[in-house]
Amino acid sequence: MNNARSQILGGIRRALHRGEVSGAARQAVEGRLASPPLGPAVARARLGQADKIALFCQWAETNNATVARVAPAEVPGEVTAYLARNNLPANVAMAPSPLLDGYDWTSQRMLSIRRGRGQGSDQVSITGAFAGIAETGTLVTASGPDHPVTLNLLPDTHVVVLREADIVGGYEEVWARLRERYGKDRMPRTVNTITGPSRTGDIEQTIELGAHGPRRMHILVVHE
Amino acid sequence: MESTAHAFKENVGHALADPNLQDSLAKLKVGFSERRRQAAERLPEFEALRDRARDIKNHTLAHLDFYLEEFERKVIALGGHVHWAPTAADARHIIAELCRSVGARTVAKSKSMVAEEIALNDYLEAMGIAPIETDLGEYIIQLRHEPPSHIIAPAVHLTKDQVADTFLEHHGKLGFSKRLTERNDLVAEARYVLRQKFLDADVGLTGANFLVAETGSSMLVTNEGNADLSNTLPRMHIVLASIEKVIPTLEDAAVLLRVLARSATGQESSAYTTLNTGPKRPGDLDGPEQYHVVLLDNGRSSVLGTEMQDILRCIRCGACMNHCPVYGAVGGHAYGWVYPGPMGAVLTPQLVGVEEASNLPNASTFCGRCESVCPVRIPLPKLMRHWREREFEKHLTPRAWRQGMALWGFLARRPALYRGLTAVANRMLALFGRAEGRYRALPLAGGWTRFRDFPAPQPGGTFHAQWAKKRRA
Repeated sequence: MNNARSQILGGIRRALHRGEVSGAARQAVEGRLASPPLGPAVARARLGQADKIALFCQWAETNNATVARVAPAEVPGEVTAYLARNNLPANVAMAPSPLLDGYDWTSQRMLSIRRGRGQGSDQVSITGAFAGIAETGTLVTASGPDHPVTLNLLPDTHVVVLREADIVGGYEEVWARLRERYGKDRMPRTVNTITGPSRTGDIEQTIELGAHGPRRMHILVVHE
Repeated sequence: MESTAHAFKENVGHALADPNLQDSLAKLKVGFSERRRQAAERLPEFEALRDRARDIKNHTLAHLDFYLEEFERKVIALGGHVHWAPTAADARHIIAELCRSVGARTVAKSKSMVAEEIALNDYLEAMGIAPIETDLGEYIIQLRHEPPSHIIAPAVHLTKDQVADTFLEHHGKLGFSKRLTERNDLVAEARYVLRQKFLDADVGLTGANFLVAETGSSMLVTNEGNADLSNTLPRMHIVLASIEKVIPTLEDAAVLLRVLARSATGQESSAYTTLNTGPKRPGDLDGPEQYHVVLLDNGRSSVLGTEMQDILRCIRCGACMNHCPVYGAVGGHAYGWVYPGPMGAVLTPQLVGVEEASNLPNASTFCGRCESVCPVRIPLPKLMRHWREREFEKHLTPRAWRQGMALWGFLARRPALYRGLTAVANRMLALFGRAEGRYRALPLAGGWTRFRDFPAPQPGGTFHAQWAKKRRA
């Protein structure tokens, strides 16, 4: 396969009439990788924190998610109430995340919680989120022992607990947080950015929710 | 797939006479383009982002070898594998061997135009491996044994009733014997049928919208979540991507994402944008044990440094076809190969040969809407014109057409003669057409008058004459 590799790379260099990128040109591209230039600033991603939170909620709802703004103590109760309002079962699969351990789930006696990865038969999952992006009302999750990716995808209903402090303006702030948390060259296996429930427009270009992922997404925005 | 691009004119005849297709296309013309316009208007920085998106792609193409090597280095560092495939046959072979290495019987596939380009499904089937398309549109057309007709909406040519008939025919044996009439019921049935297939699949195969060199990540943009199930549930994840999908950094991805979904469907953001980097990590509760990226060239490197290089900026949003009057009239299948519409008219001759596909760059009125909406500002009409020139140089155009062009060229180089002759022709046409105001038939213009009348010129002389007169006044 080394042959195939040099065939492709050699072909590119021949077409561009040069050898390997070297000297000053190489320094320039290496520098560009080391400190990536930002794209044109997007005004709606550059707001004060309170406006960011409001914009996040507004776009999340536009994208067919539902949002509840709650205090930490209200989180378990809001989850139970949401499930009851939507006639959903009180059996949930919950991410084994320390962030979620901070809430008093024992207060909800009807709620039956399994911690672990998602299963094909799960109706409801509860996870945290790495960040929320105000610009488009998008959630960001990072895979790891505390956040199996299957919980984002397999259940019919995805309930997400997002701290206000984790809401950022635009994508660039998420990249910065990822580099800070995991190291510049060590992305987690999967970073999902999720904007509302799963959907498809493949039949007559009309949007239907719940194609393969969750049909419903409920976001608890927690002020601490 | 076998190209029928050479039969474009016959394909068009069938397309225009297909009532289901025409119904579907009527919806396409208003849907996507109107939503794109609104999305662009909601973001004041949209035009500046398009400029930057173009610049990022140009920068990457100028250093493509560097960024591919950098990407490879990062993938390997995090436990993944990179395979280089100069040709479609190489890519098919690599993927089949990977599937065989884990004894795969089924492959959950997320929509990939590159997989269509290399005709992967037929190859896997011949080896006894079942590819299962999981994008709803791709699933529908796989059941119907049809190719996609649009790069982001593969079943856009079908009506709901056709989908209902297809599901009834194929899902009956799974216990679904009722013909469905509602869209949400059709979606739910497909979800149910495909869920088990996801859980059973040995390999997940996806494409990639971008490959991020900085982090060694493949980036996928979808709405359904099928790509994410494909890259998470099976024990092997294979990413199939062409070499021009690489971009330098996550910051560059942010710029491209801001123009991609808005240009494609008019969404602010697609539902799922996912970065995959290597296989499952220690402690992870899910994810594949193996992560492979297959990098396909298939002729792309030879486009670098040529007048066609701009087409390698394409991010496959589909805006050019959504806004194309020709695509809107005939749909995607008429183009005869994998990539339809204006971007297909430029890319297909490159990939299957201008001899086979010379009709496609001619299937344009050069109205310029494709270029005006392209998020990376590819000058599509200019590139189609380059193909027309190459077609002419290679003597692929019909003899009568070449003779006509030679005659026109002779006259165009002799302005006085040209003006004199056109003035006479103009006067004759005006005179003989005076009574009816139009011609039902004209010598040498049968191709025109077979479908519509030719208007008789109004009195007042040729355009040249009227222009000259106006300037004197």
